[in-house]
Amino acid sequence: MADSKQLYQEVILDHNRKPRNYGALGAPTHRAEGLNPLCGDHIWLSLRVDADRVAEIAFEGESCAICKASASMMTANVKGRPVAEAQALIEEFRGMVTGALDPATQPNHLGRLAVFAGVKDLPSRVKCAVLPWHTLHAAFRQQGTASTEGDQDPADPATH
Amino acid sequence: MNAPVLSPGKPTASLDVERLRADFPILANVHPHGKPLAYLDNGASSQMPQRVIDRLVRYQTHEHANIHRGVHTLSERATAAYEEARHRVQGFLNALSDREIVFTSNVTDAINLVAHGFGRAFIGEGDEIIITHLEHHANIVPWQMLCEEKGAKLRVVPIDDTGTVLMDEYEKLFTPRTKFVSVTHVSNALGTVNPVDEMVRISHAHGVPIMIDGAQAVQHMPVDVQALDCDFYAFTGHKLYGPTGIGVLYGKAEWLERMKPFRGGGDMILSVTFEKTTYNVIPFKFEAGTPPIAQAIALGEAAEYVRGIGLEAIAAHEQALLAYATERVAALPGVRIYGTARHKAAVLSFYLGEVHPHDVGTLLNEDGVAVRTGHHCAQPVMQRFRIPGTVRASFAFYNTFEEADALVDSLRRIQKLFA
Ligand SMILES: Cc1ncc(COP(=O)(O)O)c(C=O)c1O
Repeated sequence: MADSKQLYQEVILDHNRKPRNYGALGAPTHRAEGLNPLCGDHIWLSLRVDADRVAEIAFEGESCAICKASASMMTANVKGRPVAEAQALIEEFRGMVTGALDPATQPNHLGRLAVFAGVKDLPSRVKCAVLPWHTLHAAFRQQGTASTEGDQDPADPATH
Repeated sequence: MNAPVLSPGKPTASLDVERLRADFPILANVHPHGKPLAYLDNGASSQMPQRVIDRLVRYQTHEHANIHRGVHTLSERATAAYEEARHRVQGFLNALSDREIVFTSNVTDAINLVAHGFGRAFIGEGDEIIITHLEHHANIVPWQMLCEEKGAKLRVVPIDDTGTVLMDEYEKLFTPRTKFVSVTHVSNALGTVNPVDEMVRISHAHGVPIMIDGAQAVQHMPVDVQALDCDFYAFTGHKLYGPTGIGVLYGKAEWLERMKPFRGGGDMILSVTFEKTTYNVIPFKFEAGTPPIAQAIALGEAAEYVRGIGLEAIAAHEQALLAYATERVAALPGVRIYGTARHKAAVLSFYLGEVHPHDVGTLLNEDGVAVRTGHHCAQPVMQRFRIPGTVRASFAFYNTFEEADALVDSLRRIQKLFA
């Protein structure tokens, strides 16, 4: 049985209380909107990519604590990184919350993001955690919007 | 933190809740996170008493066959039990005749049946259909689809900040083009009990038939469709302590006779040639194909069970519970209650300060408290209050004051966690 106590750890509660990189960039090179129609999570992501590096990144929106903390920690993690590394991190994060990657036993670059590992046992909350990452993916591809529903759903095995 | 300590409320004299709880094995069998289960999600689906479970088992072990066609013993037993269930539902709603009781697969199916059967026959371009702002998606989308197909218009009665339908506005919406009204009896998201007597009276004064979605009503209060005089009334089995896969449409015989069938197939015909099909009489005209026989029989049993306890006694206990839970939850700092109408069923919808409903739901579950979070399939209601969703505790007669306390204690813990 999943223990949400482990999920609602101090790290996550802290990022929910004081989200990092919260707001919108003035002149972004990339932007995307992420929506989880089922629970109403709605975020906007803006990035400035410079020489294939995420020079700046910010997010804002309305969401549950899991989504907000995930967005906050994501921005803190990818800021300053090469785009290719950020993209690899998206895949690792998705793998972790869908149970495909166990950060405790398999090599990864997730670091403190491993606090989200418990989400995989809360099927109704996987989408909350993954939404910011999905939105980042959409931003890199200049797709404009990302949704946790339908054929874009990264947590849906049918799309893998 | 310092919610006033209220007396836990006297157990309602006419309802022995502890004894009734023993009828529901699941309430004692399940311990989420090792905690006693406080099941406060009855608005989504209620639990099933042993008597109804036993009825299902008896049917499958002693009575099952297809109905209305066999000449053998089992088919005769199954047919008799199925028709007895219809008769019980007739009694439950006090319908004039069991010909007016159509079994469907749920309330959604019943509303779609009327949207097709009535809508296709009697609604045309430029006509208008009235619903309210409180509707569940099940009482919005079928009418939208009909409007799209026919070029008709959907008119929506507004609500005020308490979640009460504005009756003046309701009356003003009627025009010579108004052809149908479909309103919920009780709001699933806010708990508002609509003044359906008055709504029926007004629609009939304009010569317009009216349907009532009773999905959240029949488990909480006595419903008498003859006294109400509505043209259609629908409910769903799994919210009335019965199984899933079964719903009921009551329709006045005069309408059912004139309506088009919804689905074509076996059972709903009298004779078929390639040139012409003659439809069966009501209610069979609307029951194409092999129906959910076991589920209908179990629903009949559930209706008898509820009648045996008495809906007045149920309502009295639930109202006391609602008042107690509302007062205690409202006393928590920063809580906003959504749905403060004067007449409410036992539904308590709220927002816990700044904490998102989904976080609240996940954390309540840790303490064994089961609630629903989100938009409750009533997105227009959420849009009206500019919120993504609420936490909804919905009570049944088997819920206790101690369970309301468990809800409040857990909410306090969550507030501390997020402080
Ligand atoms: C008021 C109302 N109408 C319709 C429905 C739909 O019920 P069902 O899914 O059983 O058709 C519900 C249940 O959620 C409801 O509360």
